[in-house]
Amino acid sequence: MLGRLSWAAIPLDQPLPLYAMGVVGIVILIVLGIVTVKGWWPYLWREWITSVDHKRIGVMYVILGLVMLLRGYSDAIMMRSQQAIAIGDAQGYLPPDHYDQIFSAHGTIMIFFVAMPLVIGLMNFVVPLQLGVHDVAFPTLNSVSFWLTATGALLVNVSLVIGSFSRATWWGYPPLSELTFSPDEGVDYYLWPLQISGIGTLLTGVNFVTTILKLRAPGMIYFRMPVFCWTALAANMLIVAAFPVLTATFAMLLLDRYLGMHFFTNDAGGNQMMYANLFWAWGHPEVYILVLPAFGVFSEVAATFSGKGLFSYRSMVLATLGICILAFMVWLHHFFTMGAGADVNAVFGIMSSIIAVPTGAKIFNWLFTLFRGRIVFTTPILFLIGFMITFVLGGLTGVLLAVPPVDFVLHNSAFLVAHFHHVIIGGVVFGALAGINYWFPKAFGFTLDERWGKASFWCWLIGFYLAFMPLYVLGLMGMTRRMQHIPDPSWRPLLLVAELGAIVVFLGILCQIAQLYVSIRTREQRRDLTGDPWNGRTLEWSTSSPPPAYNFAVLPRVETIDAFWEVKRKGLTPVEEVYETIEMPRNSPIGFVIAFFATFTGFALIWHIWWIVILGLLAAAVTVLVFGWSENRQHEISANEMAQLERARLGLGRPA
Amino acid sequence: MHDWPYETPAPLRTPSSDEPKRPRSSGLLRWLVACVALLVCSCSRQGILDPQGPIASAQLLLLLNSTAIMLVVVIPVILATLGFAWWYRSSNAQASRSADEGYEGRTEFVLWSIPTLIVILLGGVIWISSHQLDPRAPIPANVNPLRVEVVALDWKWLFIYPDQGIATVNQLVIPAATPVSFRLTSATVMNSFFVPQLGSQIYTMGGMTTHLNLLADAPGEYPGFSAMFSGDGFAEMRFIAKAVPAGDFDSWVGQVRGSGSGLDLPAYAELARPSIAVPPKTYRSVEPKLFDRIIEQTLSGPRGPTSAAWCPPAQQTGG
Repeated sequence: MLGRLSWAAIPLDQPLPLYAMGVVGIVILIVLGIVTVKGWWPYLWREWITSVDHKRIGVMYVILGLVMLLRGYSDAIMMRSQQAIAIGDAQGYLPPDHYDQIFSAHGTIMIFFVAMPLVIGLMNFVVPLQLGVHDVAFPTLNSVSFWLTATGALLVNVSLVIGSFSRATWWGYPPLSELTFSPDEGVDYYLWPLQISGIGTLLTGVNFVTTILKLRAPGMIYFRMPVFCWTALAANMLIVAAFPVLTATFAMLLLDRYLGMHFFTNDAGGNQMMYANLFWAWGHPEVYILVLPAFGVFSEVAATFSGKGLFSYRSMVLATLGICILAFMVWLHHFFTMGAGADVNAVFGIMSSIIAVPTGAKIFNWLFTLFRGRIVFTTPILFLIGFMITFVLGGLTGVLLAVPPVDFVLHNSAFLVAHFHHVIIGGVVFGALAGINYWFPKAFGFTLDERWGKASFWCWLIGFYLAFMPLYVLGLMGMTRRMQHIPDPSWRPLLLVAELGAIVVFLGILCQIAQLYVSIRTREQRRDLTGDPWNGRTLEWSTSSPPPAYNFAVLPRVETIDAFWEVKRKGLTPVEEVYETIEMPRNSPIGFVIAFFATFTGFALIWHIWWIVILGLLAAAVTVLVFGWSENRQHEISANEMAQLERARLGLGRPA
Repeated sequence: MHDWPYETPAPLRTPSSDEPKRPRSSGLLRWLVACVALLVCSCSRQGILDPQGPIASAQLLLLLNSTAIMLVVVIPVILATLGFAWWYRSSNAQASRSADEGYEGRTEFVLWSIPTLIVILLGGVIWISSHQLDPRAPIPANVNPLRVEVVALDWKWLFIYPDQGIATVNQLVIPAATPVSFRLTSATVMNSFFVPQLGSQIYTMGGMTTHLNLLADAPGEYPGFSAMFSGDGFAEMRFIAKAVPAGDFDSWVGQVRGSGSGLDLPAYAELARPSIAVPPKTYRSVEPKLFDRIIEQTLSGPRGPTSAAWCPPAQQTGG
């Protein structure tokens, strides 16, 4: 009846997960309680859960990413503490069984449910505004994408309470992840959530490629698009090309695990090397899916806060597209140590280092954007400067790892761990935080507190260096990654510094929470009434903060790069708008409903409860069909209505 | 770890704006210096920083050279970032500004050329070093290489000396100044065989053979381990690579042959059972062609003793 699920799945014998469960459960109950008591459910349902507005969905993605950052961080601090304690004779407080789950969950969550939602959230919020259009190409699909991602995040967290998570690392490589070596539900808790959220991500990719290629404001030819839109285009093309590879690879591993097939097993003709190739054929482009939009954020931030146009727009576009293509030609550098010949290794090593060329060009472009600018030191620009310094160093260690014989001694070492945190924290996280600080006033109509923002920046920066510089050294001293127990007591001081760094990063997170709290409390003083708090250059700043659901009553006409800057420079006063009838999508619960069924289906698949699987899939399919046949999906806003709406919104009482 | 622009004292600052910031900035600076000092002090020469063979030495040199090549650009970029950010701050009245540049074709060309030249140089380094330090390439020497067959088990290392007819567990004894030619496989999940002070690591994979050539210059004990996570006992999957003078090696072989038990198939099946933190052990004799039989067994699947012996992860922690 319940497949493999039984009471034994709840880890009553382990205190640590139980405490975690208890705390999370209480927090959830408190939040739900407040929402119920305050009577916010109808509002949440109407304005957020069923919303197909790209801005709302973007905000929800970012919230999901930030909440999961807390989960991912707690895994991180547990690992750091274990490695700081379990040295020599001491065994620490986490047995291997638990420690292995924690580092597997940390990687999985940070990549799929922190970095991805943050980046996709920013793209969701910003791209249609920058393109000067009403919404994305497929608004309802956008909602489905988000809720499928949320389903994945939820299922990964369910493994805290019911059963256990994968112990086969964040990339789940066979044969360790095969049934022979991981017979319990752990690996399934890794595979199914990623399959479900992977569908969501792929749909996002389709949606945004279509949006950017087909929906742009009149006059916005490709070479007038803001650089963030270019990086979003590149990232989403990478999603469309790379995520199906991941889905297919996981599908093969699932067939191995569920139907006894032998794609990647040791025996019966399976080939574990194929998994490594396929996984990293997705895995390396994934790095650029994350970091390209971050580059886009930094390009916008650099231009805005230097008060001048981005240096060499065309170089930036060329570099973005170059990285997009090169991203697919370097996957083998993740396993130089598999024993491919010298020719193969050398070619992939050289290809990998070639990525440093467009990336280097980008760094120079930001540098020359600062040059002769008028730099206003806001939180986003601090993140930009922190990023530039951190990223060139992270790039340096990356190119070192791209030299195959150097990789032979650094592969899988703490040096490698330090390298990819260097580029992911220094690049993606700093980018996302810069983006959040930059676009927050656009989303909510008031600016974020600068003092807490800067404090969080300094904590993140210093904490990052304290946490990861020691790991570089430890890697050189021969420490490999994923060690539940440290054999060499002489590594203790460095591990303690790394632990301290992780704590400082936590202070950074606390500062962000304080920043949000303080800003919301003082929002009346920090209202952005102009819609353009930073003296911005791109179209999102030309509409009000927050923008109306339809973004622009009349689509802006674009004649140059930095279209809004041009309008301000020429001193064009807005003429009396001539409104036209527009169509806007209606809110739809379909995303939430599909995700609801997907959650049950995913859970049932993990536990082999086949009747729920069948029911869940049927229900999801019926939901799609019902939506497909419904005709009432859009509503028109007529020119008259629009004129009234705009007058009300802009506070103009005069009649037309 | 870097100085921050507005914490560094600048000549152009007016004293009034400088005053309140000074104590904080020097405090931060002192703190940073202390951290760097701590890092440097705790960085003792071990692991790949203390190479004990030609491969490891060449790799360390390559690492330092590649770093130096890149620092030529990276250091100026960092300094320029800090410098530009500082000098062009909006409150600096002396800085000259420009609102918008047009396209500067020449500047762009130079900016793309700098990383391109560096990468061309590095590309040459990569091509040459990848061939010179190919793990499969035999190490030239006057003596014949010692052959060792390596099998990764859950969670220990089995070393078979086919020419000597002996085997060891978690202890690799090799003659110094003699090339060692390894054939490697795994009877279980993927692992990576790595002795940092001797150089290159290589994966061990079930049903497959990889090749590695290493050499220890001088006698000594060098820690080795698995560098690819392989399950619960992974952290304790360590061994000592002990390089001994050539004469001592022969006497060690004689000593092993004269003591303990042999590694026949039942003994191997017993050994292949998962175990954690296994103390070093020697076998006086080895089942003929054991290495190839392990590959066949791994290929033939769960009926073989290796896999049948596998049981779900034990709850006990390693000793």
